[in-house]
Amino acid sequence: MNITLKLNGKKISRDIEPDMLLIDFVRAEGCLSVKRGCETANCGLCTVFLNEKPVLSCSVLAARANGQSVTTLEGVGREAEEFAEFVADQGAEQCGFCNPGFVMNAVALFRENPDPSVDEIKEYLAGNLCRCSGYEGQLRGILNFLEWKKGGAK
Amino acid sequence: MITFSNYVQAESLDEAYQLNQKKGNAVIGGMLWMKMQKKRYNTIIDLSKLNLNTIEETDEEFKIGCMVTLRDIEQHKSFNEYTCGAARESVRHIVGVQFRNVATVGGSIFGRYGFSDVLTLFMALDCCVELYKGGIVPIAEFANMKYDRDILIRLIVKKKPIKISYKSMRNTKTDFPTLTCAVSKYDGVMRAVIGARPMKAVVVEDKENIFGTCGYDEACSKFAEYVCGNVTTGSNLRAGAEYRKQLVKVLVERACGDIK
Repeated sequence: MNITLKLNGKKISRDIEPDMLLIDFVRAEGCLSVKRGCETANCGLCTVFLNEKPVLSCSVLAARANGQSVTTLEGVGREAEEFAEFVADQGAEQCGFCNPGFVMNAVALFRENPDPSVDEIKEYLAGNLCRCSGYEGQLRGILNFLEWKKGGAK
Repeated sequence: MITFSNYVQAESLDEAYQLNQKKGNAVIGGMLWMKMQKKRYNTIIDLSKLNLNTIEETDEEFKIGCMVTLRDIEQHKSFNEYTCGAARESVRHIVGVQFRNVATVGGSIFGRYGFSDVLTLFMALDCCVELYKGGIVPIAEFANMKYDRDILIRLIVKKKPIKISYKSMRNTKTDFPTLTCAVSKYDGVMRAVIGARPMKAVVVEDKENIFGTCGYDEACSKFAEYVCGNVTTGSNLRAGAEYRKQLVKVLVERACGDIK
């Protein structure tokens, strides 16, 4: 079947198998930040934006993205880079494997709620698993990032 | 992972229903649970084009389309005001935002899963499901119906003066619940809904008029014992039946306290 969608701002048309998942579609298009971590819809590593909402691309059919807009980390640009660089400079990352999904969902959080409380951060990012158990570091990184954005020091 | 040969976005409910009568075809909601099957289907039927992704509110009721996501339920201001925040509380622990942006109410309810927070919530409300062929059926009745090839169109929640509280217990964040509990009072009747027992949810009403015969705090405790005595629990890898019994008592009493 044929689908046409906007991927990272660019309109593309492709022939796909009906049961192709969105994660496999975007990876085939070179968006290799999107990774398969658990395959049970639990880890958040495959997070992409579908019409600006964060979704698990391992659980969305590519066919369902027909006529829609899909954004991966590659398409978020400076907004994601700024956050990812800041968090890395804080030493808040460990192995970095969960980072693409974490950054995507953090960006989604900041867009929806620019000044979240600690509880709101924890709740929004609960679906992003880090097997290094780096949650304390990630939380510290996010809080310092938000402080810095408000004009505080790094 | 499921595989299939054809994908159809139905143009009408009738088309979806007709396609769904064929063995080997199936309707998808969010597909999160279904995709975990190791099964091959012929045609997968998608209801995305049928404008069933909205919550409509009138003076009398909420009509919640089957393609409304769990995140929509979590964020809907008016529905959460009506349910005293129980709607949000029932879904906010389910995996993560990205999951809840995909999972649908229709998928959760039609599946009548033994772990369902969503089924537990709606069974505590004056709620019916609207089926394409089966018509409008009270949700508690639907929960015990055999699985068939009908299409769940929407949920209809009747508005009436209600007090409701939702509680769940999880061994760890984002896991399946060990027990779910919703306590509500409407039409003068106190009721508790217990799910994740680990069987599908059941309703226990205060048929002994416990709340009419003693003080509220004492009644909470007595009703919790009563519910515990009238609910069957089981064991699985998350918890034993006896532990679940204790949870029933604690969660029901707390939820009763919330709606004093």
